[in-house]
Amino acid sequence: MTASSTTGSSAPGWRGLVEDWAADQQAFQVPWGKAMMWIFLLSDTFVFSCFLTGYMAVRNSTTVPWPNPSEVFSLQIAGQPVPLLLIAIMTFVLISSSGTMAMAVNCAYRRQRGAAAALMLATALLGATFVGMQAFEWTKLIHEGVRPWANPMGAAQFGACFFMITGFHGLHVSAGVIYLAVVARRVQQGRYEHGPGGPNYQIVEIAGLYWHFVDLVWVFIFALFYLW
Amino acid sequence: MHASSQEHQQPPIALYFKVWGLLFVLSTMSYLVDYFQLHGLLRWSLILAFMALKAGLIVAVFMHMAWERLALIYAILLPPLLLAVLIGLMFSEASWVHQMRSFYFK
Repeated sequence: MTASSTTGSSAPGWRGLVEDWAADQQAFQVPWGKAMMWIFLLSDTFVFSCFLTGYMAVRNSTTVPWPNPSEVFSLQIAGQPVPLLLIAIMTFVLISSSGTMAMAVNCAYRRQRGAAAALMLATALLGATFVGMQAFEWTKLIHEGVRPWANPMGAAQFGACFFMITGFHGLHVSAGVIYLAVVARRVQQGRYEHGPGGPNYQIVEIAGLYWHFVDLVWVFIFALFYLW
Repeated sequence: MHASSQEHQQPPIALYFKVWGLLFVLSTMSYLVDYFQLHGLLRWSLILAFMALKAGLIVAVFMHMAWERLALIYAILLPPLLLAVLIGLMFSEASWVHQMRSFYFK
């Protein structure tokens, strides 16, 4: 933020290359970390979109009936099958974690360190709960014979789509849990109180962007994979 | 560029609670679409409408896109529109493969 010259540098060689690329003109009036996170999330959008488009392609092209997700993901409660119960709970857990994350960002900018760290930890715990339920779901389906190459319910492509899409999303949630835990610890220790330009809690907002994106991807997976 | 300029843009905390509640309601409604076993065009349109509303709320409020400058908004939200091309191509390709499979393998 401090070393941003708009004209670039005349330094030769590698140093010049780094300076030309690092200190170029500024297009986005936001901290560089936030712009970079948004660009990373844009690239991630394309990754998940490719998965979901691939899922659409195999589902539309197979002549074997697609397994009914409503039945595959139902849970037995008192002898009655409740459709998509676990998925619904997972959805509410993830939305709640997005809510606590938004509050954490708000608290961080008010410099309420303790509250911000606690809310981030709550977010991470909800995320860990989500991953736990996903592990349960995977275990259940694997016991029922669902594999990436075959399953007893219908089209073989179902397993490949399920493990690929939810696995990649679960990986993102797991990474987010670790990321949030690390930042929460640093917030609590007061590391962001004494930056070069005074207190700076942008890192909480940047971590929050990542977390909300994970929730955003789940919105699409929930609608297109589980409900469709 | 200062940390302080960010603080003034913070939306009121009540707004987060409203969006949080709205996301709960929208999720419940899309779950009910499945629970009541709606089918056909009604099911698809409801699922897609609830999905779009939820995604919009998360991006606009939780991710603060509504308070960003246009340069950032366009840089992030326009490129994904290209995906419509990919989806269109893959849809027609999948339909073609489906036709061929129905013709030769059944």
